[in-house]
Amino acid sequence: MKLELGFIQINDIQFSKECKVENGTLYVDPDVVKAFMYEDDDVKAWVKDFSFDVAKPGESVRITPVKDVIEPRVKVEGPGGIFPGVISKVDTVGSGKTHVLRGMAVVTAGKIVGFQEGIIDMTGPGADYTPFSKLNNFVVVAEPVEGYQDHKHEYEKAVRLAGLRAAVCIGELGRNVTPDETQTFETPGIKEGIEKYPNLPRVAYVHMLQSQGLLHDTYVYGVDAKRSLTTILNPTETMDGAIISGNCVSACDKNTTYHHENNPVVKYLFEAHGKKLNYVCNIITNENVYLADKQRSSDWTAKLCRLLDLDGALVSQEGFGNPDTDLIMNCKKIEQQGVKTVIITDEYAGQDGKSQSLADADPLADAVVTGGNANQVIILPKLDKVIGTLDYVDVIAGGHAGSLRPDGTIEAEIQVITGATNEMGFNRLSAR
Amino acid sequence: MSFKVVHYINQFFAGIGGEEMAHVPAELRDGLVGPGMALKTAWKGEAEIVKTIVCGDSYFAEHEADAKAQILAWVKEIQPDMFIAGPAFNAGRYGYACATIACAVQDELGIPVLTGMYEENPGADMKNKILIVATANSAAGMRKAAPAMAKLSLKIMKGEPVGASCEEGYMPNGIRRNFFEKEPGAKRAVDMLVKKLAGRPFVTEYPMPVFDRVPPNKAIKDLSKATIALCTSGGIVPKGNPDHIESSSASHYGEYSIAGVDDLTADTFETAHGGYDPVYANEDPDRVLPVDIMREFEREGKIGKLHDLYYATVGNGTSVANAKSFAEEYAQKLLQAGVHAVIMTST
Repeated sequence: MKLELGFIQINDIQFSKECKVENGTLYVDPDVVKAFMYEDDDVKAWVKDFSFDVAKPGESVRITPVKDVIEPRVKVEGPGGIFPGVISKVDTVGSGKTHVLRGMAVVTAGKIVGFQEGIIDMTGPGADYTPFSKLNNFVVVAEPVEGYQDHKHEYEKAVRLAGLRAAVCIGELGRNVTPDETQTFETPGIKEGIEKYPNLPRVAYVHMLQSQGLLHDTYVYGVDAKRSLTTILNPTETMDGAIISGNCVSACDKNTTYHHENNPVVKYLFEAHGKKLNYVCNIITNENVYLADKQRSSDWTAKLCRLLDLDGALVSQEGFGNPDTDLIMNCKKIEQQGVKTVIITDEYAGQDGKSQSLADADPLADAVVTGGNANQVIILPKLDKVIGTLDYVDVIAGGHAGSLRPDGTIEAEIQVITGATNEMGFNRLSAR
Repeated sequence: MSFKVVHYINQFFAGIGGEEMAHVPAELRDGLVGPGMALKTAWKGEAEIVKTIVCGDSYFAEHEADAKAQILAWVKEIQPDMFIAGPAFNAGRYGYACATIACAVQDELGIPVLTGMYEENPGADMKNKILIVATANSAAGMRKAAPAMAKLSLKIMKGEPVGASCEEGYMPNGIRRNFFEKEPGAKRAVDMLVKKLAGRPFVTEYPMPVFDRVPPNKAIKDLSKATIALCTSGGIVPKGNPDHIESSSASHYGEYSIAGVDDLTADTFETAHGGYDPVYANEDPDRVLPVDIMREFEREGKIGKLHDLYYATVGNGTSVANAKSFAEEYAQKLLQAGVHAVIMTST
């Protein structure tokens, strides 16, 4: 399957009555975006109102509580549309041409859904830990209807869909813009690949999806991942939004929709593809809480690795604690099939760094990449402007009673920062 | 003003002699001796060696208590900003002496310490107690070791935060520290996989901890004659939690009597555990510590006797090291009490 991505660099966002992308600036009318979001029944039912703001790199701005981050894209050639099975029809995506508004994101924020929303600082020490401080962010702050507390799952869905719809609405503005840069990504069929690269090791990406349930969910073509068996994707499908986040897990190591669209493992496997390895496919598997599910999913992952005659597999995790067991089960079983693994995780080694970092371990997991210790304490300075509200800083995962100090500074674990210890290996942060 | 350092070296590096002179007792000299010059060069005047302690390796090994006391007395008198020992490279007794004396200075005098040696030097066993810079296995590695030790020691003396082991060159010491790598994690992972597939060496970023696996004992042939004890990590304690066992990251365990107790009730027992919904355990603590059923078995003669004492802690977030030390201690008490088997419940 072959996909061409056309990158349109966005260097600025301006509110305007006319919606367009011109010379690297996105001009957008928030009312148009709002109207598009409200076309959805769930959004209509659970979101009382939206407000909009823009946060640019280097500004003294803090966005919190952040739910999701989404990159606007539009399908310009080939079957299907962005976010298949959720916003677009369910046609298989990943081929043809897609335009990407690069350098910007839609960020959804507002009243808390779970305990586990995050913080994005656009400047200061916190900005070093989140990739989203480097983007021009179109922030959508949602205000729930009265009584939403008793309907958090419905409200989560409404905000999730609203963010995706905003991104689709904005992405559409890039349809007829000439991209600044294009890149082509292609993986061959199984037999074709073996013939084309007879001497290269065959490698797949085992992509673990957060599916613990109760606001810890991921969707693939609209299917709730916890109700899906381990299966295979073409790597390019992820670039068209085949996988979206429905997560309210700890901000530091949840994969936002932006991460799924820009999966760094996919990126670097493509970079090595045809040179150092033969990138066969992505294997997606879930992280359910029941032991039988864990066993079935990891068995199937190992089974598919063997069936595909792989030499190697790169495994990425999402979340921590309970999913550590899925990670180790996957790693161990894949290794036992004679397929070599590297796993990407992050650590909860305590604020003093002295504890065992993972909840599970196995000697076969001898090649580990870490996104850092999420328990590291950081002091975030007071910033001039808050988009959203500081009301939840004390209760989000990684915060504690008194995190928000009287002088407006925040003392918390980097766990509170969106994307800080990402387990797809998006960042440079690590630990030893 | 430059920082004051006391340097510890052995008879060989002091130029006294090799193995044949290893018996020389500890002596205190003014200024730097031998390898101290390499440190001085690297410090560029920011720190200086005020005194050098020279001690024969055999002397230290054979008169450890005396040598330690003498050296500690000297260092206490001098009150340096830092105590540096070695580097010892792969010299076993020298490495042991460096690590041992550095640890004593750190623990007993509260003075920051640093040593250096080869990773397989027996002294490196103390890497979790003191900072040890990893060096080559022979003195040929001095050119690299001295600047690394000088740089790290200066950072410590200045009170600057110490970075991750791989940045600073010390041996991983069980304390995980964050830092920014040059490449994103996914790129590092792909590179690591390519190396692993090619059979080339690679370095994992997180060596897996070794889990302690305990093989089960042989089965008890006749339960009707056995004394059985109950133990739990589910936090069941007498009402009011008299020993204040923490709800998470427990630092101790409790020993409690159930002599004459037939049934645990909401009025008498409760859970101290903060990691699960406590409602059901508090309603009926037998759900976690099944005293009621054990009494039934006792009456029916299925088991000989339920032990009068039980041991309880909270498993929530409690470190493996703590859990192991609790059990090592109360396992001995159980053995002394003639207990034949234990039912350990978790949550």
